[in-house]
Amino acid sequence: MEIIAQYGDVLIILACVVGFFMAWGVGANDVANAMGTSVGSGALTIKQAIIIAIIFEFAGAYLAGGEVTATVRKGIIDPTLLEGNPELLVFGMISALLAAGIWLLIATSYGWPVSTTHSIVGAIVGFAAVGISVDAVAWGKVGKIVASWVVSPVMAGTLAYFLFRSVQRLILDTADPFDNAKKYIPFYIFLVGFIIAMVTFTKGLKHVGLDLSFGQSAMMAVVAGILLALLGTWMERRVKYNKKENEDYSFTSVERVFGILMMFTACAMAFAHGSNDVANAVGPLAAVVSVIGAGGELAQKSAMPAWILLLGGAGIVLGLVMYGHKVIATVGNNITELTPSRGFAATLAAATTVVIASGTGLPISTTHTLVGAVLGVGLARGLSALNLRVVGTIFMSWIVTLPAGAGLAIMIFFMLKGIFL
Amino acid sequence: MVANSSFMNMFVQSPVKPLQQHIEKAHNCAVQLIPFFEAVLAQDWTEAEKVQQRISSLEHEADELKQYLRQHLPKSLFMPIPRTTLLDILRMQDRIANKAQDIAGIMLGRQMQIPASMAEPMMEYLKCSLSVTRQAVDALNELDELVVTGFRGREADVVEKMISRLEELESETDKREKQLRLMLFKLETDLPPVEVMFLYNIIDWIGELADRAEQVGSRFMLLLAR
Repeated sequence: MEIIAQYGDVLIILACVVGFFMAWGVGANDVANAMGTSVGSGALTIKQAIIIAIIFEFAGAYLAGGEVTATVRKGIIDPTLLEGNPELLVFGMISALLAAGIWLLIATSYGWPVSTTHSIVGAIVGFAAVGISVDAVAWGKVGKIVASWVVSPVMAGTLAYFLFRSVQRLILDTADPFDNAKKYIPFYIFLVGFIIAMVTFTKGLKHVGLDLSFGQSAMMAVVAGILLALLGTWMERRVKYNKKENEDYSFTSVERVFGILMMFTACAMAFAHGSNDVANAVGPLAAVVSVIGAGGELAQKSAMPAWILLLGGAGIVLGLVMYGHKVIATVGNNITELTPSRGFAATLAAATTVVIASGTGLPISTTHTLVGAVLGVGLARGLSALNLRVVGTIFMSWIVTLPAGAGLAIMIFFMLKGIFL
Repeated sequence: MVANSSFMNMFVQSPVKPLQQHIEKAHNCAVQLIPFFEAVLAQDWTEAEKVQQRISSLEHEADELKQYLRQHLPKSLFMPIPRTTLLDILRMQDRIANKAQDIAGIMLGRQMQIPASMAEPMMEYLKCSLSVTRQAVDALNELDELVVTGFRGREADVVEKMISRLEELESETDKREKQLRLMLFKLETDLPPVEVMFLYNIIDWIGELADRAEQVGSRFMLLLAR
């Protein structure tokens, strides 16, 4: 208790700095995969992608990031066991942030594909299990989270498969693919708007002071979807069929119509990514702030201050502006195979999966979800070659990242304890 | 920090484009046989040599494309086209270029003469054989469309038609081959025997250009059959 009274400000500042740094890292590195699909497909320029990412990552973080943040903040650890020693939670969360940050730095500099989500979950479980007690970990919840890491790529893959098959059936494999593209793409745009709006209205807007019933939310989401579809139809008018460009590849004009759809799915993806990944950075920070703010009470009920989500969103945007554009360019240049028709199927499937996970409060890896979604398009025989080795590296990253994050968190936890106690 | 992304590493260069470039190269190589035969018929050996060198360098370029494609097809690739089928198609395509080079090489080396009465049917026969390789190029050109439509439906029908046309052209070439052999058989007693032997070979090899192109087509057909 005294420690919190004595060093409260220092600890909050420390947590803010580390949390902000983590958010910066998410913006600098992780956003690239979410936006790279749109850049690679040629639907967006890098500049447009950055602008969309800034707006929608931030919106996603602020409007729909609450549930996952709550899970990271108080879902993984059972706080009743910490009654009387709230400072342990503070130290633990700070060490988890530091550990995940350090691990990500090491991994990125060696070029290992690791997930921010896995690092932070591993770190929190690590310090709680070893630093406090094995019972302090809410294993049921952790089990659910780990299961969601398997389920999310599979679900995204399945969605992408069916989305792409529907595109093949309704548009590509018809007598007049161009006209059908113009006809059906507004429906897909409706879907994009509806899903994002639905999750935001049902799960997100409470802390902004808007509390809607399920029916109201559904209504609003339908309206949002229709408005977006109308906007899409209006944008489509500018795309004209050009006979010449279709000589070599007969779907070139069709792909340009899909380019419009891709702009919408890019927004959805950025939103989804912001809503899920901001929690990795601000979840532990929120835990620290709420404990210290309550003067050491383990305030379960207290709502999370909105400024924490804002801080996370700002960190993501800063990382994006400072460094992320380079990574987006690199990723975009390497995935030109993902034309808008394929890219949209993969991105929408991933965005839907991630947004649903965000709504349910499950921290998942956006990248792995995207990998699953792209494989889904591949299973529809829609991509000419995919390197399956990536599936292996994903498993490796699970096996390595969880213990590494945990181990580092445990070390830092005992160091902090040594310094302050 | 390095840009690392397991997501990005999923995407490898598509084998479709290089495969299309390769058959185009092989066809371009074989098409040079027309100016080559014209030079041979005119007994212009300096021109023939020039064309032969062009054929050689095109064949070499095709070889390089083949090597490149093979090196970029690791076993861990997940493709809608089975790896073995793809390599088979590539091998058949490569033989078209090889055969063209053989024909030009031996005809130039031996300064072969084509009997005047056979000149025109020989040219017709060559052109017919090259129309088969041309048809194979056109069919292969649809491969990227096939991939995006999942090898089903309309696009598959289009390709199927192209391939049955290819088969028609090939049997047309076969017919001409038989006629030409018969023609040579009637002339052979008046010609130097060694020369005749090689003429039979040339007729045979021109037919092989069409055969290989047809094999490319039938392998290609396998992709649709699933």
